[in-house]
Amino acid sequence: MNFQIALLLGQDGITNGAIYALLALSILLVFTVTRILLIPLGEFVTFGALTMAAIQMGKAPALEWLLLALTLIECGLDAYHFRSNLGSKRIQTMVLKVAYAVVMVVLIQMLPLAELPMAFQALLTLALMVPLGPLMYRLFFQPLADAPALVLLIVSIAVHVAMVGVGLLLFGPEGARTEPFSDTAFRLGPVMMKSQTLWVILVSILLIVTLFLTFERTLYGKALRATAVNRTGARLLGISPVFAGKATFGLAAFIGSLSGILIAPITTLYFDSGFIISLKGFVGAIIGGLISYPLAAVGAVAVGLIEAFSMFWASTYKEIIVFTLIIPFLIWRSMTSHHVEDEE
Amino acid sequence: MMNAVMKPKNLMIVGLLAILLAPLVLPVYQVTLLNYIGLYALVVLGLVLLTGVGGMTSFGQAAFVGLGAYSTAYLTTTQQLPAWLEWTAGSPWAGLLVGLILTAAVALFLGAVTLKLSGHYLPLGTIAWGISLYYLFGTMTSMGGHTGVSGLPSLSLFGIELDKGEKIFYLIWAVLVVAIIITRNLLNSREGRAIRALKGGQLMAEAMGVNTFRSKMVIFLISALFAALSGWLYAHTQRFVNPTPFGLSMGIDYLFMALIGGVSSVWGALLGAGVLTMLKQWLQDLLPMILGSDGQYETIVFGLLIVVMMQRWPGGLMSLLVKLLPAKYRQSHDIKLNDQAAELPRRELPNKGDLVLEACDVTRKFGGLVANNQMNLQLHAGEILALIGPNGAGKSTMFNQLSSVDTPTEGEVKFLGQSLKGKSSREVAQMGMSRTFQHVKLLGTMTVLENVALGAHMRGSKGVIPAALHLEREEEQRLLKEAKYQLERVGLGDYLYEEAGSLALGQQRILEIARALCADPCVLLLDEPAAGLRFKEKQALAELLTKLRSEGMAILLVEHDMDFVMGLVDRIVVMEFGEKIAEGLPEEIQTNPAVLEAYLGGAE
Repeated sequence: MNFQIALLLGQDGITNGAIYALLALSILLVFTVTRILLIPLGEFVTFGALTMAAIQMGKAPALEWLLLALTLIECGLDAYHFRSNLGSKRIQTMVLKVAYAVVMVVLIQMLPLAELPMAFQALLTLALMVPLGPLMYRLFFQPLADAPALVLLIVSIAVHVAMVGVGLLLFGPEGARTEPFSDTAFRLGPVMMKSQTLWVILVSILLIVTLFLTFERTLYGKALRATAVNRTGARLLGISPVFAGKATFGLAAFIGSLSGILIAPITTLYFDSGFIISLKGFVGAIIGGLISYPLAAVGAVAVGLIEAFSMFWASTYKEIIVFTLIIPFLIWRSMTSHHVEDEE
Repeated sequence: MMNAVMKPKNLMIVGLLAILLAPLVLPVYQVTLLNYIGLYALVVLGLVLLTGVGGMTSFGQAAFVGLGAYSTAYLTTTQQLPAWLEWTAGSPWAGLLVGLILTAAVALFLGAVTLKLSGHYLPLGTIAWGISLYYLFGTMTSMGGHTGVSGLPSLSLFGIELDKGEKIFYLIWAVLVVAIIITRNLLNSREGRAIRALKGGQLMAEAMGVNTFRSKMVIFLISALFAALSGWLYAHTQRFVNPTPFGLSMGIDYLFMALIGGVSSVWGALLGAGVLTMLKQWLQDLLPMILGSDGQYETIVFGLLIVVMMQRWPGGLMSLLVKLLPAKYRQSHDIKLNDQAAELPRRELPNKGDLVLEACDVTRKFGGLVANNQMNLQLHAGEILALIGPNGAGKSTMFNQLSSVDTPTEGEVKFLGQSLKGKSSREVAQMGMSRTFQHVKLLGTMTVLENVALGAHMRGSKGVIPAALHLEREEEQRLLKEAKYQLERVGLGDYLYEEAGSLALGQQRILEIARALCADPCVLLLDEPAAGLRFKEKQALAELLTKLRSEGMAILLVEHDMDFVMGLVDRIVVMEFGEKIAEGLPEEIQTNPAVLEAYLGGAE
């Protein structure tokens, strides 16, 4: 290996690592607030990428129908749940939600998708994807908010399995790649840097800083953190756990689909690529002990780098190397932990 | 007639007959399907043990199946084995042995690095393991990579060649039946009670001397070995292996089978494996027709099915079926008591008046908060000492220091002359200290008798293998007899077979005392034993404690009920703001000005 190859691999590694870091952070965020290990996060990534690809090809991505269907189910369940005191405020919210989904369906059918500027395509993708987060929480997890952690994990896996099937139904078995945001490239020493790489890194850093500021400085961020520390306590102070759950799932859907849009020009993604991607985020999160945000981010970038370099040295063992990375951390944590826990 | 058939034993016989006849009357295709169901059920049985009983889960079971299958495939098809494996001579039985050993090694390692951590690490660790092994199988060129290896020999047993589906059928189902029996035996034993305590009772179990880490490891190991055994059978049924059936998605399918069937019963494993296998066949034909394209769309149905089941019927199909059954056929306890069993040996109690438990300058700080400050107290054999004080005085913290649930920041606790520094609550329990909990901790779905027998855990010694084979019945009878004796002693003799969760709160507290006594302690720590008791029950409790004292037991109780305390105890220690403000005889305490001020706010 020479310096040039090392730079190239490093560039790949950092790009993927930045995405894994974003995913690791959303995993931690969702986990600390709701106790759910969000395995389906990877499906947000693939759905985002494949929707963007469909839009660029001028095809209606079919995701809008999923959004409409889930919104209708949600409103139906809510209407049933609150049937005795269905205030005008609730009806108003429901009408707005359905109207939003209908508008999205109409937009997707009417707009000349392929000719739209790329930023608008990305925006459209996010507008379709982000509401799926709160919907997912409402339909699958909210009824189980007080269930044991094991049940939440099982449901999380079940939702992932179902979403992979839905992905196949919506997007078909073919992989897709999108246009890069711009075609320019930069020379960094002896290697060319693709502009997409810079986009990924810049957007990731921007997002991480924004997340940090939101959680440190704003009331809503603090409310979510309070829920993470003590759900009952937060509830007593008027912070709704339902709101906290929906908000974090919305954020996870946003980060996931944005990650998908960012890497779609670099990697070909298939309907079932999401699992491995989110699991690498999980490796980062485990390195952070499922608690520490900075450690998780650093761990995730390390995952990206190690993956890139093992691609060069032992490409067939790439996945094995990445997933066995967690072993030393597990050993270290087992050696230092003594507690006996009862089921929460 | 109906009655006779519905008895569990007769049901079993009907089931066994059906298994014997199945290959003779069913077409080959159905027999093949039943073979698969049997193989899957064996894996799912392990998951029932792990998930339903132990409250843990694994997504890596398919990888263990793969390890079992690939081990035997390698040993039986490789032309030139390396020298150190030549002894196996291509025998499938050596393949089984090697597969089980490898699996045990992997499971022990995975367990060692995840089972001490919180509950999320085992599933995540098994996902990583499942994926890694799948890719490893795919990269092994000597094993055909992703195309796999064919030409495995068929098994032969007692000279009969099991080369057809309808022949190996009998082996598969015989293994499954044995596995079910072993599992049921294990759960109905001393080790089994410790395993059943894992779900929601780990703190309590540790205080009763159970090594919960070991119990977790045992069931993870058993579930892995069942999976490897299934893999070995699979390899010699198919006589061909490739990586696909050992991937993570199959690992998830196994878990889904367990959940659909019902994780709380061994029969749920069989039901789940059957239902999911049939459903998959049916959906794979149906869905592509409806949706107009090929693909594994059944995953959508399965995923949603699991979500709905978890939200509505977390007990799975089995629990729904049991509910449909008329009450008299539902299986109640199957615990047999033998009053002729020998008594368990008792511990030599210290002489009356000997110092048994001592706190020396115990200080416990939580950050800036000093919960206990320089606390001193002594407890002697044959004495009842009460620790009282207003709410927030630090009594519970002190109780935790004394029982070694927590470690003092400064100072130390001595028990029978030994410092408790660095000792776990399990070790302290073994030294002869037993306790009850302020918030009762018992296993609500287990019988009262079994709950109390858990207290005698340390007094038995027979391990997992005798338990699985039910070779420990004599010891088991002695443990159960002791539990019954202690229950009768505290006045709960009429409730032996009730579910512990169905007792009134006061009775549950008494049950905890019986459980603590079952451990044959010399020191008894009781955390608010009289709370929630009626007057008569309090009187009975006071009588019991008086009798224990006369036998030489040292008793420390934290209590709020002053009438109860004053008439019963020998000495009182009063705490306020983490410090001892008074110590003495009940009469002295009643007139102590500092105590009056602490309780009543004093006269200005």
